[in-house]
Amino acid sequence: MSTEQIFDLGQCTVRELNQALHDFNGHRAGPHFRVRNAQGDHALAVGIAAPLSVDIEGHVGYYCAGMNQHATVTIHGNAGTGLAENIMSGVVRVKGNASQAAAATGRGGLVVIEGDAAARCGISMKGVDIVVQGSVGHMSGFMAQRGRLVVCGNAGAALGDSLYEAEIYVRGTVADLGADCIEKELTAAQIVALNTLLEQAGVSAKAADFKRFGSARQLYHFNIDHADAY
Amino acid sequence: MTTRDPGLHESYLFNRDVIHEIQRAATEGIYDIRGSGAKRYLPHFDDLVFLGASMSRYPLEGYRERCDTHVVLGTRYAKKPIELKIPITVAGMSFGALSAQAKEALGRGASAVGTSTTTGDGGMTSEERLSSKLLVYQVLPSRYGMNPDDLRLADAIEIVLGQGAKPGGGGMLLGQKINARVAGMRDLPPNIDQRSACRHPDWTGPDDLEIKIRELREITDWEKPIYIKIGASRTYYDTLLAVKAGADVVVVDGMQGGTAATQNVFIEHVGIPTLAAVRQAVEALTELDMHRKVQLIVSGGIRSGADVAKALAMGADAVSVGVAALIALGDNAPALDAEYRQLGSAAGYYDDWQAGRDPAGITTQDDELAQRLDPIMGGRRLANYLRTLTMETQIIARACGKSHVHNLEPEDLAALTVEAAAMAGVPLAGTSWIPGRR
Ligand SMILES: Cc1cc2nc3c(=O)[nH]c(=O)nc-3n(C[C@H](O)[C@H](O)[C@H](O)COP(=O)(O)O)c2cc1C
Repeated sequence: MSTEQIFDLGQCTVRELNQALHDFNGHRAGPHFRVRNAQGDHALAVGIAAPLSVDIEGHVGYYCAGMNQHATVTIHGNAGTGLAENIMSGVVRVKGNASQAAAATGRGGLVVIEGDAAARCGISMKGVDIVVQGSVGHMSGFMAQRGRLVVCGNAGAALGDSLYEAEIYVRGTVADLGADCIEKELTAAQIVALNTLLEQAGVSAKAADFKRFGSARQLYHFNIDHADAY
Repeated sequence: MTTRDPGLHESYLFNRDVIHEIQRAATEGIYDIRGSGAKRYLPHFDDLVFLGASMSRYPLEGYRERCDTHVVLGTRYAKKPIELKIPITVAGMSFGALSAQAKEALGRGASAVGTSTTTGDGGMTSEERLSSKLLVYQVLPSRYGMNPDDLRLADAIEIVLGQGAKPGGGGMLLGQKINARVAGMRDLPPNIDQRSACRHPDWTGPDDLEIKIRELREITDWEKPIYIKIGASRTYYDTLLAVKAGADVVVVDGMQGGTAATQNVFIEHVGIPTLAAVRQAVEALTELDMHRKVQLIVSGGIRSGADVAKALAMGADAVSVGVAALIALGDNAPALDAEYRQLGSAAGYYDDWQAGRDPAGITTQDDELAQRLDPIMGGRRLANYLRTLTMETQIIARACGKSHVHNLEPEDLAALTVEAAAMAGVPLAGTSWIPGRR
């Protein structure tokens, strides 16, 4: 087996690429994959279930690395909507910016966005860790259930709206908080854990500079007196 | 107006039901949430009849001449279409809304007669995967429990845009139904209300949906049929768009469709009746020359073989059942009347499926209550029911001279009311008049 397989999307199809990746699903290892000429194609490197490493050169369209399991996928460009949606494990890194709903519903693993992320970053996240070196757009962390959303820049409007148990950390400013999202104390243990996460993400920031936001848990049981928050 | 108590004149507008609801709302300060489907009168399949064969067409002999019932779903793009022995499937009902025992029973019953069952909001349980020979995996806005391993284990994928009981609505599983297992599958703490979003988190509109479908196909190597489920409202346009987005199968759920927990006002007032929705969906498919190429599954108030046959005659490829399947398992059984009464209801009326206290062990997560439902017995009862529906459908199809239930056609139908004639697009009985057509 050669140690690097190259897929030039100018020459081959997305289907051929994904099938080649899936041929390693369930395996303990595989070659390094390099994808050239991504050209904004959708659904690149989706549904991988093996600890492969994949480098994608160029910008990618929707759902790149969707539902990733175990693989390390690096995008040397910008990413379209739904980057690493429902990621289960592994690492997905974008060198540029990510569009809406990055890491939506992610259940595990790590997503690193070196640029900015657009609206709804981490929407409905269920355990994934997301580190954004730039800023995030409005409604980020909407209905976020579990995991950590770390924003080194600023956060747009309605951050953490209808938040469940996910933790949100922001170093810059927050335009405003969504329903039931409040600022919470940053404990020593959380600082340690956050520093570890930042290090894992390869981001040079200090946990102590962040503010933490979490759920006020006022919407956990329907209460008529909160009707105007719904 | 005649009243049961002469001299007491009940208002049509403010009748006792209405007064009761106003009083309840004033006391509790919250809308009524319940399970099941629309309870008020709506134009339905009952308003259609079949024109049995006579002089111009000849019928098939009951027990001698074959009347086939098999259905293939997902022939448009999927490498592995689903083959059903009967044109009746079991609709998606969530683990969480239903007990694990109920899910297992549905799988057993459906598998015994060669048809599929469907997961629901909350993900796939091992019990239902093991007990279901053919299992459709739902992709819902909440994505609770969404997992690529389960996606690969599924026989088909159903992207849920809406339900007939609540087109445009999300869901709510009340805290009392969230035990540790349900909570764990959904990545949430136990005992808190779990809201299911009404829109998908990572796509909006049909152009995005087309890309989403491509992603799901890529993840599963183009093997599995992809269904799009819509709650009936603008069904003609929704069907056009679902086909454009790349669906293999369109599932149309009319307003009579059941739910586990929805506001009564939503169930009764949003959406259009199944009868109207089927016709609109078939029109859209026919216009695109996709009728029978993209298969159509219809649900919402299917109870009998007559309903099945009428839906098929109007152009559906298959139907699916929710509430009726639960009744077959034992929901609302007369033997439980005393227990239903303790809950403020009665056998034949019970619809507090949101509350989690179901004495039949079906719509509950309480271990003790759930134990009451024997999945083997439940499965047998469901299989009996599905076999009965199939035989009833065949009886009607043979009477209309059809050697396959799919050969039933609108020309075999007549409507009993002007409304039904207009909605279903079949002539009023004894006339050639279809309101709205020349
Ligand atoms: C208890 C219960 C739970 C349901 N859960 C779901 C669900 O999770 N996802 C979904 O798409 N539809 C759900 N439905 C709707 C059914 O899939 C189906 O559309 C409906 O029951 C069909 O109408 P019928 O009940 O009249 O047969 C549920 C229905 C019931 C009765």
